[in-house]
Amino acid sequence: MAHFTLDVNGRKRTVEADDAMPLLWALRDLLQLTGTKYGCGIGMCGACTVHLDGTAVRSCQTTVADARGKKVTTIEGLADGPLRVVQNAWIAAQVPQCGYCQSGQIMSAAALLAKKPNPTDAEIDDAMTGNICRCATYFRIRKAIHTAAQEMSA
Amino acid sequence: MKTEEEQVGATARVKISRRTFLSASAVAAAGGALVIGFSLRRHVHLGAGPSAEAVENPFDAWVHIKPDGSAELVLARSEMGQGVYTSLPMLLAEEADLDWSRVSIVQSDFSRGTGGSGSVRSNYLPLRRAGAAVRVTMIAAAARAWGVPETECTTSKGEVLHGRSGRRINYGELVPAARALPLPDLKTVKLKDPAQFTLIGKATQHLDIPDKCTGAARFGLDVRLPGMVHAVVARCPTFGGNPAKFDATKALAVPGVLQVFEIPATGYRTYTAGGVVVVATSTWAAMQGRKALEITWNRGLHSGESTDTLRAAMKQALETAPAWTSGGEGLDLENVQAAKRVECVYEFPFLAHACMEPMNITAHLREGKCEVWAPTQTADATRSVIAKELEVAKSSVTVHTTLMGGGFGRRYQYDFPAEVAEIAKHVDRPVQLVWTREDDMTHDFYRPAGMRRMRGALDAQGNIVAWADHLADVPLNYQWADPDKRKPDGSEMAPRPVYPIAQVRTGFTPIESAVPRAWWRSVENSFNGVAVECFVDELAHAAGEDPYRFRRRLLELPEIPRQRGKDEGPAPDLKRLIAVLDLAAEKAGWGKPLAPRPGTQRGRGIACTTSYAYLAQVAEVTVEHDTIRVDRLVTAIDCGQVVNPNGARSQLEGGMLFTLSSILKEAITIRDGAVEQQNFDDYSVLRMPEAPAVETLFVESHEAPHGLGEAAIGLTGPAVANAIFAATGKRLRRMPFRMDETA
Repeated sequence: MAHFTLDVNGRKRTVEADDAMPLLWALRDLLQLTGTKYGCGIGMCGACTVHLDGTAVRSCQTTVADARGKKVTTIEGLADGPLRVVQNAWIAAQVPQCGYCQSGQIMSAAALLAKKPNPTDAEIDDAMTGNICRCATYFRIRKAIHTAAQEMSA
Repeated sequence: MKTEEEQVGATARVKISRRTFLSASAVAAAGGALVIGFSLRRHVHLGAGPSAEAVENPFDAWVHIKPDGSAELVLARSEMGQGVYTSLPMLLAEEADLDWSRVSIVQSDFSRGTGGSGSVRSNYLPLRRAGAAVRVTMIAAAARAWGVPETECTTSKGEVLHGRSGRRINYGELVPAARALPLPDLKTVKLKDPAQFTLIGKATQHLDIPDKCTGAARFGLDVRLPGMVHAVVARCPTFGGNPAKFDATKALAVPGVLQVFEIPATGYRTYTAGGVVVVATSTWAAMQGRKALEITWNRGLHSGESTDTLRAAMKQALETAPAWTSGGEGLDLENVQAAKRVECVYEFPFLAHACMEPMNITAHLREGKCEVWAPTQTADATRSVIAKELEVAKSSVTVHTTLMGGGFGRRYQYDFPAEVAEIAKHVDRPVQLVWTREDDMTHDFYRPAGMRRMRGALDAQGNIVAWADHLADVPLNYQWADPDKRKPDGSEMAPRPVYPIAQVRTGFTPIESAVPRAWWRSVENSFNGVAVECFVDELAHAAGEDPYRFRRRLLELPEIPRQRGKDEGPAPDLKRLIAVLDLAAEKAGWGKPLAPRPGTQRGRGIACTTSYAYLAQVAEVTVEHDTIRVDRLVTAIDCGQVVNPNGARSQLEGGMLFTLSSILKEAITIRDGAVEQQNFDDYSVLRMPEAPAVETLFVESHEAPHGLGEAAIGLTGPAVANAIFAATGKRLRRMPFRMDETA
């Protein structure tokens, strides 16, 4: 066990954890930031997606040691920046059903839009293929990403 | 003071008298709101005061009209993505003429079973009647205050209006007067003409969606309590196995691990596997502790079971006479005069629910009382199960229903509640039981696996004259019927086809298996839909007729008179089915060639059903070598009155893609008595690039609404399989469908 100071949503947070503890569990169990979800633990479902220095990563495959010195953004912090348009587009398109995977979906989409402000359907497929939605809201996710892209370019 | 059980019984048998409510309200003095309580399942009751805190479960729901003019619906249904937090208050707000922007939902701690696509269907009248009672009472209160006839008053957006004088008053201001008035009889209260609806039928944003986009929504796994610890269970991979011995030394050495202990397996109904529990300060530490356990498993009686042995048993069953037969009229199929006969075998695998949120539940047992936070579709039964496991009165257990990351029937089970009750006995603080994805995948209650032989006969005119269906599967009722009452029956057979067929014979043979199984979105419809509508397609081609025209022609033939079975319900209105069939075919461009794509084979398939609602679907499929791609699903549906078109579309279209995932990708297989698949790497599900375009057309109707959560499940399978045949000439009959299928 060691102490780690993490930069989470612009705040310095110190946690005591094993080096190998995935960021996912540090966020959820040590920092009570439960918006980031556990879905598979092996990087296959995308529910735990967060941004590390602006890049989408699976927090179940990222250790607290990996996150040290980098800016971690979770779904709870997204609304504080310009990428809140993605969340607004999600509400406008009425995407979520059960909603469990949607934090990860939004984080993946936000990272895509930050890099490619006007993605094609093929680019959306590529960026979102790692995020599973069992309610199968995929068509509304696609629509919301296009809406957010328009908002960002407006 | 009556016990809680007695009160529930009283609700069921006798109406609780109004007086009881008033006395309860005197105890409660609940903030001076107008409260109307009602049962969503049984007789409607009226009252002017009880609150959830004061009276143990007199109703399934309450509406509170508060003095500030806001309205709150205490709802006893689980929200798992199907939109009941919005569609149900819409019913109430419509008839009450509430200001929709001031309506909120409170999850009841006495939630009832939520499943069977029943929430909107079964609440359509009770919630509207409760709303109408609010409106009538508010008008009466206003009319009395103004000294004008009630007939001169109208309501709109939470206000009573008097047109002649231009006066208006908010419901909130009327609450004190309304509380003193008798409430109307809910059985006779006048409801709106659907033509007057201003909210029902309008696409309405879901009340729970904003929080699901910010991370603020709290699911079961998000429950965080002061001092809470986390538990995982090491369960024997083999069904029916248990730990022969274990050594916890290394597990207890993992930082954060607090306790290791064994819990027993439980039997009929709760069906827990038992195992070794690791309790730790974090989920991660509990998982690491479990990895460090050294366990020798006693693999039990079923370690020889495999998908191969089950398939062999099914094949053998189909070669022999069914264990149960429906009987039937007239001749056996073999003796029917026929111009053509068609026979084939369909096969379907076990399926996991694979809810995105793995099973979990949180409990805090102290001083004989247990507080529980449960992502469950059946809070009331969860409460009973936990009380029984803890050997306490049901009234000592409180179950808070949380949001849940998918249900699909999995959260109708009692295993995780029974487990947490057992664990809570050992832990002196709040404990969250977490199932890992691997636990969830390998200890689910699976959709049954089975095979069936379909046989049909056509006369010279191309009419179906005989139809036989012998299903051999691992039955649900062998899991859930009383152990001493298990016998083969027709409970998993498809309903009789809607097409006019003189001779219909069905048979069933159970296959014994230790693999647990239960309801999976639409239950038996998920495998029956494919059998019926693919086989109709096979018969259409055998008759040399276009599959759409064939269905349409048969549906217009005169009905063959027969006695309807007691369980069959009312006969479907085939005109409504024909209408959606025509609409789907027209909008999909049925009969027009698909644009060719070099190196691929393309085709359209059609299917229709009267399960849940009247639906027809056309699938467009492209096959490239061995890759099946569904390009487009065009669906027409008549589900009666659509309450919230926004949610209706979500449920229906999500259901189509959920089905597509299962028929193209998903299978649970068994080896050495255990599930082979562990996670989403070996249990593939539909992902974004595989999602087709969907076009869904709702037929406008004011008939009673049908539920939509499961409506498409039996439909998309056959539409796609029939399209694959149209594209390639190859009839796929074994799910998940693969172009290199072997029998």
